[in-house]
Amino acid sequence: MGARPGPAIDLKHPEGLRPSGRGRFGPFGGQFVPETLMPALEALDQAYRAARRDPVFRRELGEILGRYVGRPTPITAAERLSEAVGAAVYLKREDLCHTGAHKINNTVGQLLLARRMGKERVIAETGAGQHGVATATAAALLGLRAEIYMGAEDVDRQALNVYRMRLLGAEVHTVTSGSRTLKDATNEAIRDWVTHVRHTYYAIGSVVGPHPYPAMVRDFQAVIGREARRQMLALGGPPTHVVACVGGGSNAMGIFHAFRRDPVALVGVEAAGEGLHTARHAASLSAGTPGVLHGALSYLLQDADGQIRLAHSVSAGLDYPGVGPEHAHLAATGRARYEAVTDDAALAAFHELSRLEGIIPALESAHAVAWVWSRRGQWPKGARILINLSGRGDKDVDQVARREAPAGAVGGGTDA
Amino acid sequence: MPNAGGDWGRPTGVRRVEAVFRGRQRAALMPYLTAGLPDLASLPRMLAALAAGGADAVELGVPFSDPLADGPALQAAATAALTAGFTLDGLWAVLERTLAQYPLPVVLLTYVNPMLAHGAARFVDRAAACGVAGLIVPDLPWAESGPLRRLTRDRGLALVPMATPNSPPGHLQRIRSGAGFVYGVSVTGVTGVRDQLAPDVLAFASRLKDAVRLPVAMGFGISTPEQAARVGRVADGVIVGSALVTAVMQDPAHAAEVATARVRALRAALDADGPDGPDGGDGDGEEGRRPT
Repeated sequence: MGARPGPAIDLKHPEGLRPSGRGRFGPFGGQFVPETLMPALEALDQAYRAARRDPVFRRELGEILGRYVGRPTPITAAERLSEAVGAAVYLKREDLCHTGAHKINNTVGQLLLARRMGKERVIAETGAGQHGVATATAAALLGLRAEIYMGAEDVDRQALNVYRMRLLGAEVHTVTSGSRTLKDATNEAIRDWVTHVRHTYYAIGSVVGPHPYPAMVRDFQAVIGREARRQMLALGGPPTHVVACVGGGSNAMGIFHAFRRDPVALVGVEAAGEGLHTARHAASLSAGTPGVLHGALSYLLQDADGQIRLAHSVSAGLDYPGVGPEHAHLAATGRARYEAVTDDAALAAFHELSRLEGIIPALESAHAVAWVWSRRGQWPKGARILINLSGRGDKDVDQVARREAPAGAVGGGTDA
Repeated sequence: MPNAGGDWGRPTGVRRVEAVFRGRQRAALMPYLTAGLPDLASLPRMLAALAAGGADAVELGVPFSDPLADGPALQAAATAALTAGFTLDGLWAVLERTLAQYPLPVVLLTYVNPMLAHGAARFVDRAAACGVAGLIVPDLPWAESGPLRRLTRDRGLALVPMATPNSPPGHLQRIRSGAGFVYGVSVTGVTGVRDQLAPDVLAFASRLKDAVRLPVAMGFGISTPEQAARVGRVADGVIVGSALVTAVMQDPAHAAEVATARVRALRAALDADGPDGPDGGDGDGEEGRRPT
């Protein structure tokens, strides 16, 4: 790894990978928002396109990613896990990013853009709180005012992240409408944006939402795959499989993007929750149908009348009834495949990776590990599997401990 | 051009919507009601109640789980309607036997996703067959509306374009090709009751009228008879939603009576008010004069 500051970050699209038309990936994507937001999306699209070409912007982003976020993140050859599954497994260590997850790559990029656009107020939605913390962090770094929308259920479940956001100077709004989770926090953030659109920047946390967000968030996360591709070559050759968990899908798009033209299998792992045969899962691509939610056409969990269903996953970061439109396109064209892993399998992988490698993965990332684990002993000879370890699991330890304890055995738990 | 005969020997939806605005002295009154409130079975009674109060057209909302253009009142109404068992097939069944005899044009307000769930073409066909006159789709901006414009044109339905205070001139130019009327969103914001009209709402309404060559009906944040009257001095129509829906939800046992009374009060204010009305319309609020 060379001396930091890092190089100017490359945000140019490889040829042919631009969303076509009005931000479409094939038929998916688009801008399904109230008319009030259309001028704002146009302004954002223009500002982003200008910033992306501007060496000053790219250099500043590169410097923050190098000196502050801690990029490039390493790749760890997971030797004991490799032995256990019967194939060479490598971990892209996004868990080592500042704030403990890949989310910061995106918020630093978007908030730099917000500042460049002259917006002083930034809003964001958050589920488990990781994107909220990453937004609050970047806002503190850049001197912007952040307000975070979080569902009341999540505020209760993730009290520590609420405190973190407030510690970082952000204001947290508790959302009590609808399902009181990420879906409704997103609705509420959009309503705020509609109301305060002139002065407010909306920092979406995943590759979802109306154009240009899915492409822009992917571009800010694509640093993961660019680094990993180079690092894998230095470690003896390209991967045969790239595996990442998919909720909205930002860490997966981030690592997939650089490999799209390579002969590499791209595997997105969704949350099967209590099983795809139940109503309690979050697998929009594996078990959903096309529809429009939060500004884009993609795959959704919905009933026959188009009412959005609640998602379920043990992992709050995957607990979302939609998925980014570019994933829908990759699924439809067959360029990527999407699998689903249950809560129980993800929890088992959470343990295995901790025991075998001394790395406690985020429950989200544990889904990717679980899919690789589920095929242990069946991997073809010569398989080289790259897993995006999108975040660390410290945030989940308390929840898992309470879930596994016989009633009353773990002190301090408040869960019923 | 669509056949003016229509399926039931009635004029097309577009023509019926246009007729609402033709040759009027006073602004048209278009109350909004969430379909299925208090339940679907009472929809015919609720529609009759709005007509009895003196409405000129009705905006009927299709409840959606994630109504991101709506404030708390209409969100709560949508949730209540869904909880009470609203389904699209149930709606079509009620409209099919109600609208043929209903005197006013009914415009459906639906978010994109419920429309896509059964297929947009099928949705438009069903709506037209039931006698619906037009569609308003708050999360379908004009730039994305090409396919639906073709579908509605083929069935003679009005697809109502929306314009907002921050709409650029290019948008106002493009929506001249809309049908029926233009929905002027009086605030940058979501639906809901506000104490005061937006300060620039009258100026916006008149700018819109100059720009679009279609009748302009204003909505969002217009609740009281006084507010409606002031907007009605400039706009061709006034849409009142959250205030009416909230009143209905507060007294579901007398939902129809409450709706009639509310609409009647709005009607009286619109009809009483004229160019020589009590107030020059400088945008100040009228707190404390909310109807009971």
